[in-house]
Amino acid sequence: MFRATLKSLLARKLRLLLSGLAVVLGVMFVSGAFVLTDTLGRSFDAVFADAYADVDVNVAAKPKVEVSETEGEQVAGPVPASLVDRVKAVPGAADVRGVVAADGARLIGGNGKVVTSFGPPQLGENWLGESDLVSLREGRGPQADDEIVVNAALAKAAGVRVGDRVGVLTLSPKKEFTLVGVFGYSGGRDSVGGANEVAFTTPVAQRLMLGKPDVFSNVTARADGTTPEALRDEVSGALGGAYDVKTGDQLADDASAGLKEGLSFFNKILLGFAAVALLVGTFLILNTFSIIVAQRTRELALMRAIGASGRQVIGSVVLEAVAVGLIASVLGLAAGIGVGALLAYLFGKLAGGLTLAGLGVPPAAVIGAFAVGLLITVVAALLPALRAARIPPIAAMQDVATPDRPLTKVTVGGAVVTTVGAVLLFLGLSGNAGDNTLATILGGVLFAFIGVALLTPVISRPVVSLLGAIFSWSVPGKLGRLNSGRNPRRTAITAAALMVGIALVTGVTVILDSAKGSISALAEDRIKAELVISGASSGPRPASFDAAVLEKTAAIPGVQLVDGEYGDMATVGGERTWVAASSNVAALERIFGAKATAGDISRLAPDQMLLSSDTAKSRNLSVGSTVPVQLSRGEARTYTVSGIYESSQLTNPVVLPPQATADFAIPQPIQGFVQLAPGTSVGAVQPQVERLLVDSPEVSVADRAAFIKQQTSQLDTPLRMIQILLALAIVIAVLGIINTLALSVLERTRELGLLRAIGLRRAQTMRMITVEAVVISIFGALLGVVVGTGLGAAVVRALKDEGITDLVLPWGQMVTFLVLAAIIGVVAAVLPAIRAARINVLGAIAHD
Amino acid sequence: MTATVGRQAQAAARANDVWKVYGSGEAQVIALRGVSAEFERGRFTAIMGPSGSGKSTLMHCLAGLDSVTRGTVMIGETTVTGLNDSGLTKLRRDKVGFIFQQFNLLPTLTAQENILLPLSIAGRKADPAWYDTVIDTVGLRERLGHRPAQLSGGQQQRVACARALVARPEVIFADEPTGNLDSRSGAEVLNFLRSSVREHGQTIVMVTHDPTAAAYADRVVFLADGQIVSELIEPTADTVLDTMKKLDAPVEVGN
Repeated sequence: MFRATLKSLLARKLRLLLSGLAVVLGVMFVSGAFVLTDTLGRSFDAVFADAYADVDVNVAAKPKVEVSETEGEQVAGPVPASLVDRVKAVPGAADVRGVVAADGARLIGGNGKVVTSFGPPQLGENWLGESDLVSLREGRGPQADDEIVVNAALAKAAGVRVGDRVGVLTLSPKKEFTLVGVFGYSGGRDSVGGANEVAFTTPVAQRLMLGKPDVFSNVTARADGTTPEALRDEVSGALGGAYDVKTGDQLADDASAGLKEGLSFFNKILLGFAAVALLVGTFLILNTFSIIVAQRTRELALMRAIGASGRQVIGSVVLEAVAVGLIASVLGLAAGIGVGALLAYLFGKLAGGLTLAGLGVPPAAVIGAFAVGLLITVVAALLPALRAARIPPIAAMQDVATPDRPLTKVTVGGAVVTTVGAVLLFLGLSGNAGDNTLATILGGVLFAFIGVALLTPVISRPVVSLLGAIFSWSVPGKLGRLNSGRNPRRTAITAAALMVGIALVTGVTVILDSAKGSISALAEDRIKAELVISGASSGPRPASFDAAVLEKTAAIPGVQLVDGEYGDMATVGGERTWVAASSNVAALERIFGAKATAGDISRLAPDQMLLSSDTAKSRNLSVGSTVPVQLSRGEARTYTVSGIYESSQLTNPVVLPPQATADFAIPQPIQGFVQLAPGTSVGAVQPQVERLLVDSPEVSVADRAAFIKQQTSQLDTPLRMIQILLALAIVIAVLGIINTLALSVLERTRELGLLRAIGLRRAQTMRMITVEAVVISIFGALLGVVVGTGLGAAVVRALKDEGITDLVLPWGQMVTFLVLAAIIGVVAAVLPAIRAARINVLGAIAHD
Repeated sequence: MTATVGRQAQAAARANDVWKVYGSGEAQVIALRGVSAEFERGRFTAIMGPSGSGKSTLMHCLAGLDSVTRGTVMIGETTVTGLNDSGLTKLRRDKVGFIFQQFNLLPTLTAQENILLPLSIAGRKADPAWYDTVIDTVGLRERLGHRPAQLSGGQQQRVACARALVARPEVIFADEPTGNLDSRSGAEVLNFLRSSVREHGQTIVMVTHDPTAAAYADRVVFLADGQIVSELIEPTADTVLDTMKKLDAPVEVGN
């Protein structure tokens, strides 16, 4: 039995490889994710171990607000300058230095644009002189208040050289400095971990990066005649627990861990790729094994007739699956290591020359690859295996032993599974699933897909014949259509594989387009500002501009009302919340159309705050309640709620008075709204505001329509990422169509031979196969569009309370998908069609 | 060896010193050794011979399904030898009809669609009078809407015969058309083939190893070891059987 299985496997190796390809891709992404994380993780470890090589003990304040890497910058409060002397007094502490280092020093490059960085920080520091680690490549260190040095990476990125006058944006608006030197790191490196660094004199760094004189970000010391751990404990004891005291090694671990957390995002994307690839791959394998079992009916029946048990037949099919799974896993693992290495290399380049540690293949990558690859293949092959075991021995003696089995069971099963999916979706979307909302929704989507896939054979009959009618004007077209309707299960599973990808893209597009439509409609309706100042962020921090621009803009004739919006991540009553502040509180009503539900929202005293109705409700607060607020900087303060406004997409949860902005991480406005007096021309005011923004290169001024477009276009990025992700699912589905067609061509060799014998030309043969492929793929796309629209519409409905009120259907996209499907069909048909056209007529007729 | 019977001008198919060699070196098999034969228009010719004699190869070469190693083949006025694929396709579509041992109907099409398939492929319309004649002759009028799976073996083969006849080809090649049928269905099909020759002037070349089937033909050509060794005009089952017996002995020794 084993040998028979092996022989049959070898005889079908190409076919199995084709279907195994989907598993290869899935496994590739799983193992690639692990390899990438491992390699980059170890690279970060190495970088930070090096960066803190000259620090034995570090003293920093405890952070006021915990902010994760993705949500904004970490702001640990500064430490007083006097701390340096207190640490110096500790026995064993040598080389004690007060360090200023904070994210948010943006250099304006030679081209007048701000040097951007996604990921690595843009550090503003005090110049501490050369060391084992740091050395000047050119020039000297900063001595005067208007002198700076930058690291070599930044000098290259900005295109500036020693002697240039350069602008730098910090907590303060743009200031000009003379670049007096460029420094690099040991080993010829231009940066550590890709960071851009600007180093000022210590007093300037304190003022610009920390906001006040005589403070440091942290204090570092070296251990002299003692171990770093012993010194840490000494310092900690001397300072009495008010500070975070860590060894350099701990610091390196923490810094590395923070970046690794950011990496988990990449990991999730790759695992998402893997999940979709494997889901579609399951369909593909199921189909291939079904076809193989059908083709081997006589052979399997013969085995039964000569005494093989049903279990042995199952075993033989499952064994085949195991072999395919193993091979696919090995190939996938190899490809995954390659992909992981490539991504790590690209990431290293992108991060500005991260020195990569050697490529690592963690055990998790290997275990994951084989577990996933084998499991998927065997599970997918189980159903066909069970079917194979039910083949009666008499089938060996009969000529045709594959009668059209009724679809009742599948249909009932499909209906049940679809219903389960719909119920799960309903539960998840209605918010009744509590903590398991995401899992419930994902489960619902999965069940819905499987359910619809099971229903597909029934749907396929009428739909395919309807679709095929379009192609029936020629004989080959008609034959192709009849062929595509011939095996509803096979057509269905092939189409279902395509359905998954297209349904996901359509669903996500429906949701995002609806969100865009709703936000634009609301903004069009509510924002009563003709001009808006805003900019794309350069890294994790939002773009900001000089607050002085607001006053100057207000002075332009024809300007009626100007509002600058500030924002910060804060702890409000013990919970982390985004808080906003307006330079002009009246704007809430007059520009954003907010309506008071309690109290007065038109004015705000320095110790008062406003809340949105949602925030007030969820926190159980009302006018007169007092709430402690800890901003990124400064001490916690208590504010009294003086007014509550109706929540909308355009309002923030909490509004603080303008006086609070001094303690925001970015004490500058991040958006400005300009309302003009009736009858004032937008075109006349806009260039004047533009001129005022000359020293705030991160932002620009746009009219309302352009601003709304810019805001909603933020949703394009996730959309595009998802589209790329799902393009992969579609590629796998194409493999499925090729596979199905190739097998059909093989199965119908005799028929093709006959058709050729009675005069079907090669071109006609190819057209026949192409029509079959196009009908299948358009059917799949049609299903995908319908299912995706349904899922999207359900989510949009569920999000009605979140402000997505308009259902926007992307008709253009849908048509594109259908056209794309037709093209996919044609492409998928190429190889099988050529094969069919090349069939040797004589050989085909003699074919058994 | 040459078997020349009848008037040259009226030959529907002709083989002229045809050699067919498969493989090379030690594995070389010579299937046909210089066969020359003519198949007159409007006659029913059977090709007989023991298995391995080359009878099927001869038919395949005549029909343009297989190429010849040496020599020429003609169908009507067309030289088959040297035609490319599209030329061969056109030849098969317009001048040749086929009936195979296995029924070779498209399972997705009805009987009527199967019958009209060669004409549809060629983009031609059937002559309605001729179509009616064919349908009535094969006796399938009641079954035209059925799919092959709903027809008996004999009925399926009659559909295949009708498909070959309806296009009025120069010549119909039948490869063991009764090989898969019981004797009664076989007799029906053979009667039907013979009447299409007698009444409608169709040319048919049939390969068979069954003397009873061969007896329906006007003439039998015997092949052995790739050569034409004998022929019978107006054969009966007995004369065919006798000739076969004579042929069998030397061939078995030769093997």
